[in-house]
Amino acid sequence: MSLNPLGDFTRLHYKRRKATNILFCSLMVVSTLIVVLALGAVFGYVLYKGLPAFNWPFFTSLPKPVGEVGGGMLNAIVGSLIMVSLGGLIGVPWGILTGVYLSEYGRGKFASTVRFSANMLSSVPSIILGLFVYVILVKPMHRFSALSGSLTLAIIMIPTIARITEELLKLVPNHIREAGLALGLPRWKVTLRIVLRGSFSAIITGVMLAVARVSGETAPLLFTALNNQFLQFRLDQPISSLPVQIYTYAISPFDDWNRQAWAGAYALIVFVFLINLITRVIFKPTVKGLN
Amino acid sequence: MSILKVNNLNAWFGEHRALNNIKLSFDSNKVTALIGPSGCGKSTFIRCLNRLHEETPGASASGQVILQGENIYVAGVDPVRIRRKVGMVFQKPNPFPALSVFDNVVAGLRLAGIGRKSILRDVAEKSLKLAALWDEVKDKLNQPGTSLSGGQQQRLCIARALAVEPPVLLMDEPTSALDPISTAKIEELVLSLKKEITIIIVTHNMQQAARVSDKTAFFLLGELIEFGDTSQIFTVPKEKKTEEYITGKFG
Amino acid sequence: MSPSVPIGDVRSLSSGTLINSTKKATKLIRNFTLKRDVHLADKIFFLGLLFTSFLTVILLASIGLFLYLASEKAIAASGWQIIFRSLWDPVRDVYGVLPVLYGTLVSSLLGVIFAVPLSLGIALFTNELAPKKLATIVGFLVELLAAIPSVVYGLWGIFVLVPLLRGSIQPFLIENLGFLPIFTGPAYGVGMFTSGLILALMITPTISSISREVFRAIPHSQREAALALGATRWEMMRLSVLKSAKAGVFGAIILGLGRALGETMAVTMVIGNRAEIVASLFAPAQTMASVIANEYTEATSEIHLSTLAFVGLLLFMVTFLVNSIAHLIISKITKKHTGTF
Repeated sequence: MSLNPLGDFTRLHYKRRKATNILFCSLMVVSTLIVVLALGAVFGYVLYKGLPAFNWPFFTSLPKPVGEVGGGMLNAIVGSLIMVSLGGLIGVPWGILTGVYLSEYGRGKFASTVRFSANMLSSVPSIILGLFVYVILVKPMHRFSALSGSLTLAIIMIPTIARITEELLKLVPNHIREAGLALGLPRWKVTLRIVLRGSFSAIITGVMLAVARVSGETAPLLFTALNNQFLQFRLDQPISSLPVQIYTYAISPFDDWNRQAWAGAYALIVFVFLINLITRVIFKPTVKGLN
Repeated sequence: MSILKVNNLNAWFGEHRALNNIKLSFDSNKVTALIGPSGCGKSTFIRCLNRLHEETPGASASGQVILQGENIYVAGVDPVRIRRKVGMVFQKPNPFPALSVFDNVVAGLRLAGIGRKSILRDVAEKSLKLAALWDEVKDKLNQPGTSLSGGQQQRLCIARALAVEPPVLLMDEPTSALDPISTAKIEELVLSLKKEITIIIVTHNMQQAARVSDKTAFFLLGELIEFGDTSQIFTVPKEKKTEEYITGKFG
Repeated sequence: MSPSVPIGDVRSLSSGTLINSTKKATKLIRNFTLKRDVHLADKIFFLGLLFTSFLTVILLASIGLFLYLASEKAIAASGWQIIFRSLWDPVRDVYGVLPVLYGTLVSSLLGVIFAVPLSLGIALFTNELAPKKLATIVGFLVELLAAIPSVVYGLWGIFVLVPLLRGSIQPFLIENLGFLPIFTGPAYGVGMFTSGLILALMITPTISSISREVFRAIPHSQREAALALGATRWEMMRLSVLKSAKAGVFGAIILGLGRALGETMAVTMVIGNRAEIVASLFAPAQTMASVIANEYTEATSEIHLSTLAFVGLLLFMVTFLVNSIAHLIISKITKKHTGTF
């Protein structure tokens, strides 16, 4: 004791430090709880409101006019499927090729420019992309169309997929490429058939996540694809989509439409949740296997 | 008879010169060992022989490398065609991930457009037998190549290189990542393969060089110090530096 | 030194001429050797990749260009000072951008203010406190939060959050903190405050996941050093984690801000859509993104359309600036860290 004249002071000090520690650690737990609870609140409420309206006619029938009860979102589901697939058809190869360029040849000034552009493109608000497609496609065509909507979704996918592809291909060790080259294979074959093929399932994961993301995009479709109360398969006509239909119904004053909006939100959220779960459970191990 | 001749070969990484005027010639159906301390340029040297060196960003090379009478360092020569004739085995076993044992062996053929199952099967069996791996893997041809042990993986890589029937095989410290038993197997393999093929092997292990090679070249700081019969190099080296190295004074 | 050497027998130069070769000359020869002999199919493959990548760059550039072209009329009519006019009146076809600029900044800043403590709390909890399994689960849940479509947040906002705020929380705040100008006026439910709350939820995944990555990059030895000095867990986090992660966390926050600035649907649905500048956070407002979403399809006059495009251009420039700053900070940090390991 005599050797430690500060003993009492440090003991007091120690108590205070311990209290601070507990306080801050609990604050961390609390903030985690708040966010998890908020997630639960959103999910739970969508489930609670959406499930009752989520029935067979939701998938098989068209919207009913105001005042009539019932009807579904067949038009919106078909529209979303068309635009997401067509968007993927444009955006996925474009994104993958850009990603391959960045990972396999991505040195020097031009590559940095491409990388920077992809980064910036992915942070452009999606409504701006909608505006852009309106100016370059809707206006010259003099009509809203599924094509414009698809192009907008494609533009949203490109940077995401490019970046994921680049990251994944960079995980492939260089000696794998050298083994291919040493066998007398041209670089394009080594890249496509060995490097890309080896990370294929991981890239699929990225593509699926990108698809999940664009399936929920609303803002850029408002003035590219617009909406359509009828079933539409033509690419040069306005077309409905699940998110836009949800928006339209959500801000309407009619109870039955509100109810439909919840059912739509339920469908959308289940879809997104499933994709996230599938990619995590099925594909994650193969991504790890690459390292 | 000389199958591969190197004249005035220089190699760079960026501004750094890794090889300085190398002149060397390799006899067919012989094993030549390249020895020297790490960083002496021996790996860079063999990577120039199949033009893999230039795939490293910033790397470049100049000089003459004459393979079966053809200079591979002139305009218009397709490196892809050269690499077909000069196989290579790397330090770490590197079977292609996500490909089975069988697919790994025939990868070179298949990607070159040969798809006939019967041909591929024959070649796979022949190459795996040459690589002394057939008996161990004949029942697991469909398992992933990466599921084999390290030593087996390395022999798989040798089989993969042999499958395209190159006249020359480069081996870049092929046993440095392996245990002693696997190493012995690979060395045995090298000795038996030389009936079929010319082998150039880089090694940091002087005993290995003495055991497997007919000729030995000693590299130091990007220069070729001495080249001669293995027995001569290890018993009566002409150069003082060679003697110092093989007696363990440095390196 | 030995002489530099010609490339092949065809182009043989006598070695004497090259003995004194400068670096430049060797470089020339080397470039020459390098660039020539590329497999033809590889060349085509490379050009294809190059072309696609080039298109990606062009895409970004043309977004800016076409937005500028579309907004030329508005700029010609009233010049860039349109930014500082505070009246937005589609009925009289008079437009000033200040109110939507104000609405965007205030709602986004509110979102950031709410999100930062939550995000840092989660990042510290998952990285420093929670057992690995729990951390993985929390990480997954937070990722899900990012995966929920904006329109679903908006729907939830309209039917859950807005009634809740209007009914109890806002009246309570007005009653008790009403002396502050930011907490005055009627409790509409919709408005900047509500938008801020929803935005906070939406950008929390961004900020927390990047912060977590930054924390993870800090070597373990630093934490052990603090613990060995007798630091408590919190002191360890403050000393070895937060201190060295400052810049990275700042980058994460800026990135979150960038996301909040451009967020459209959820905000459009709960902000009340009234382009006015009011001090109270409870007042309805309008953001750059929401005004475009609300008015673009219904706009009929040329000048209205053009002004909306101008708002889009402005939003594009602002988010571009904010995001490039964030990327600059974050990439600098990741580079530094990979350098030290």
